Amino acid sequence: MNTSSQSSPRKVSGLLDQLFGWASLGAVLLTLAMLAGILVSLVTGAWPAIAKYGLSFLTRSIWDPVQDEFGGLVMIYGTLYTSIIALVIAVPVSFGIALFLTELSPSWLKRPLGTAIELLAAIPSIVYGMWGLLVFSPILSTYIQMPLQRAFGNVPVLKMFISGPPVGIGILSAGIILAIMIIPFIASVMRDVFEVTPPLLKESAYGLGSTTWEVVSQVVLPYTKAGVVGGIMLGLGRALGETMAVTFVIGNMNQLNSISVFEPANSITSALANEFAEASNGLHQASLIYLGLVLFFITFVVLSFSKILLAKMRQREGTSS
Amino acid sequence: MSDTKEQMFEKRRKVNQMAIALSMGAMAFGLVWLVWILWDTIILGIGGLNLSTFTEMTPAPNDAGGLANAIYGSFIMVGLATLIGTPIGILAGIYLAEYSPKSFLSNVTRFVNEILLSAPSIVIGLFVYNLVVATTKTFSGWAGVIALALIVIPVVIRTTENMLLLVPAGLREAAYALGTPKWKVIVGITLKAASSGVVTGILLAVARISGETAPLLFTALNNQFWNSSLSGPVASLPVTIFKFAMSPYQNWQELAWAGVFLITVAVLGLNILARLLTRPQS
Repeated sequence: MNTSSQSSPRKVSGLLDQLFGWASLGAVLLTLAMLAGILVSLVTGAWPAIAKYGLSFLTRSIWDPVQDEFGGLVMIYGTLYTSIIALVIAVPVSFGIALFLTELSPSWLKRPLGTAIELLAAIPSIVYGMWGLLVFSPILSTYIQMPLQRAFGNVPVLKMFISGPPVGIGILSAGIILAIMIIPFIASVMRDVFEVTPPLLKESAYGLGSTTWEVVSQVVLPYTKAGVVGGIMLGLGRALGETMAVTFVIGNMNQLNSISVFEPANSITSALANEFAEASNGLHQASLIYLGLVLFFITFVVLSFSKILLAKMRQREGTSS
Repeated sequence: MSDTKEQMFEKRRKVNQMAIALSMGAMAFGLVWLVWILWDTIILGIGGLNLSTFTEMTPAPNDAGGLANAIYGSFIMVGLATLIGTPIGILAGIYLAEYSPKSFLSNVTRFVNEILLSAPSIVIGLFVYNLVVATTKTFSGWAGVIALALIVIPVVIRTTENMLLLVPAGLREAAYALGTPKWKVIVGITLKAASSGVVTGILLAVARISGETAPLLFTALNNQFWNSSLSGPVASLPVTIFKFAMSPYQNWQELAWAGVFLITVAVLGLNILARLLTRPQS
């Protein structure tokens, strides 16, 4: 008697236990299904374009919805070019910020400054885009592009990079806006990995009379290089996939005639943002989805690389302490 | 001999000073953008803001109006997406932290989750377009909700797992020793102990999707009018800003600044609130 009345709430509880376990397992499987679903839906959606062009899609520079001829080279070029400019600017700046926050800043300033940089990451990309288009690009045009063209417009080689209309919209402004957006990501990863360098190593180097710069460049940086590269890759992944900020300032023009950074261009994300909703079902839409698939593939590789490096860093942190 | 030593020392000192100066410059460079962007957003945003922004519909070019339908659409979609995405994210986070933290499945999920966390949001939009819009043959608010929910899930998974792992094992063991069933231990003890962290994750997720534009472009699309039904196209603040800011019309641009101001205040407010919640007690 007694045992049965005791076991029934226990049974209910056991059932609840199982249900709860299944629900949480289900949520995990759903997350995995999401990635699979993204891949499957992109491949099936892009299939007409994949069947027609195959991999040559990546090297075709024609994009003509009227003639129904498509190729992704122009957009892939725009995406890579803007992301590389963003990295060239963002990596040294982020390194400087991380160095400042870990080695130079007085401790009472560390938190507010770190928070300020992280808030830069929180600002929605549409804000960057609109600000870039309406505020930043006129300034870029008047104070950077025009003087540069006046000064270097006739220097061989260099002039190829700064030809074109200095209107403030194009590859350069997209690259700069992207740089501002990814600085917080790279800087905070760098700061975090710099902070796990064992103090003993740093203090030994300081004790031998090293300067701050020598400690950072010859002790901290070699110790954390996997993490640093991981952080840079994370930033690159962000830059490649950023949509709104780029769409506002890149100019949305399909061109590949010039390698100038002043020229308007197009990126994978901006082509999708501008054309997809209006694209007719068929090859145009399939080609846009193909571009999305290419983007997803590139970012997947870059981000995986980043995660593996950062995981390696974390492992090391675990063993050293 | 001593001369070269001094020269060397001098050189090292100079290099160090230069590095420190550049590092301070980089810090200033980062802060300048933050201040500059916020300054313009506040000045231009408040300039475009008035009562009709909240009460009137999005206008035609060169016509008076507000952002009421877009604000409403954003609220509804962000709210529903959070309601759908949060439980899934918390459950998956619980599985990773409490059920089998070291299994192969959990490791794969963690990796996939990190990828999803940084994956281009426009790809999520494409996915939901294929999944929902192409099958129902119409752009709809529901498609927008699903796209945003898919962005919420990875954010919540990560913070939930991290916060649960911070709960000391002794708490769990004490509860098990009293014969508490597992689900009760999780819901009543570990999740409760980690609640402020979990809430932080949810706030960050809300902040993230409040500003997301790309996944809404071809799911919820846009709507010039008030639409309380989610089965048709729904206006949202970010998509409306995109359309208005790219236009040459003065009044549209002013409204876009007002919208940008509202979004920035909301997103930064949520972020600061989240930070205050998890501030280490010291």
